[in-house]
Amino acid sequence: MQKINREVLINKANELLSNGTINRVFGWEKGDFSYDVTPTIYFTADQMNKKFIFDDFCGANFSKYLVAETKKDQNKVGVFLKPCDTYSFNQLLTEHRFDKEKVYAIGVPCDGMVDEKKIKAFFGEGISSITSEGDEIIVDTLYDGVKKVKKADVLQERCQNCKSKKHVYYDELIGEDGEVLDSNRFDEVEKLEKMTADERFAFWQNELSKCIRCNACRDVCPACTCEKCVFNNPNSGVENKSPANEFEEKMFHIIRAFHVAGRCTDCGECSRVCPQGIPLHLLNRKFIKDINSFYGNYQAGEQEGSRAPLTNYTKEDLEPSEAVNKGDN
Amino acid sequence: MQVNEFKPKIVAFCCNWCSYAGADLAGSNRLAYPAEVKVIRVPCSCRVNPMFILRAFQRGADGVIICGCHPGDCHYTSGNYYTRRRMALLFSMLDYLGIEKGRTRVEWVSAAEGAKFAQTMNDFVQTVTALGENKRLEDLRCKK
Repeated sequence: MQKINREVLINKANELLSNGTINRVFGWEKGDFSYDVTPTIYFTADQMNKKFIFDDFCGANFSKYLVAETKKDQNKVGVFLKPCDTYSFNQLLTEHRFDKEKVYAIGVPCDGMVDEKKIKAFFGEGISSITSEGDEIIVDTLYDGVKKVKKADVLQERCQNCKSKKHVYYDELIGEDGEVLDSNRFDEVEKLEKMTADERFAFWQNELSKCIRCNACRDVCPACTCEKCVFNNPNSGVENKSPANEFEEKMFHIIRAFHVAGRCTDCGECSRVCPQGIPLHLLNRKFIKDINSFYGNYQAGEQEGSRAPLTNYTKEDLEPSEAVNKGDN
Repeated sequence: MQVNEFKPKIVAFCCNWCSYAGADLAGSNRLAYPAEVKVIRVPCSCRVNPMFILRAFQRGADGVIICGCHPGDCHYTSGNYYTRRRMALLFSMLDYLGIEKGRTRVEWVSAAEGAKFAQTMNDFVQTVTALGENKRLEDLRCKK
């Protein structure tokens, strides 16, 4: 199989830009360090040659950007989508957030993205560059020289438990399509469920107290696309300010996770962007796990037009009191 | 001698069409239920947003109960079916965060069930009294 690298993607984008299929394309841009990769929009192949990057740090999911971008121009916008991004893309199509005729989706393969927080935890401060070579990540540090680490050890949490390598939506695919995988993504949720209520409370108190309410988890979430957000409402008393006490921390995270329950595709962006390293995916996965066990397996975004569990019902649904007790077992 | 007995504060969200009338019937029939229960009338049980429940706890409630029409009897055809799904997920999440599960409840009370309303409230107040004060979802700024 031909290795998919940066040049392949630039050539593809260049071809689409020059034949007029698209007039701009979403891509990843190199930041100050090799590990801070930013999403950006390119208009010419020249710009792409200068700044475009496709490596182990291109975790950003472009699906949400399409909501605003497709409204700006009549022309099509190109976008590179990794397998897990296509689930978010499909979910947004289901919710009629943008017109798919205005998007040209280019599926790109993904063999897991690296979490720079894990590398930093491994090597401490003073990382000057990070490059990848096959299965290994080579880290150049200021104080300890060049170090190597296995890529599998520093993958992002969502990639270690990758749910699918299959693109559920694309106009064109670069490389080969993978399969839906059996992941162990609910293991950690189960571990928490087995704890006592006091332990769980202490665990979440500890994690959520790190929250600085930067709203990054909300802003990056491809499911959070409301134009008016409850957390922006000045009358709500919780408008974009840092949590004053434990209640506000919990409330923000419960409500944030609840508002995407049944629509969350488990893309893991919330945990990736959290500057405080709060395992936010554990809240979303709890909802996904509950939905699967109460109302039958459901993967948001897998099928365009599917009905989300919270906008649906059956006459024989579980009573809330049973649901709480079921979580015990 | 005065006994300093803990009296919980309970917020009951009652649907306009069934449970609120049920509470009315309990009153007309002179059935006793604790005065700690503060009834809030909502147009339908599915009007209750998860934020309402958290807000009630923030402002000092020790327990929150949502009463609606029996499934199948909703005035708006399907509102209480949605409540059932939402609250199942929300209560399970509160339990996951370590909040005592006895503090929240959903009950179906029809307009003819005054006795059930009184019974439910007595039972719920008893459960919450046993759990004690709400400490895990309290907001100290709202304490008097």
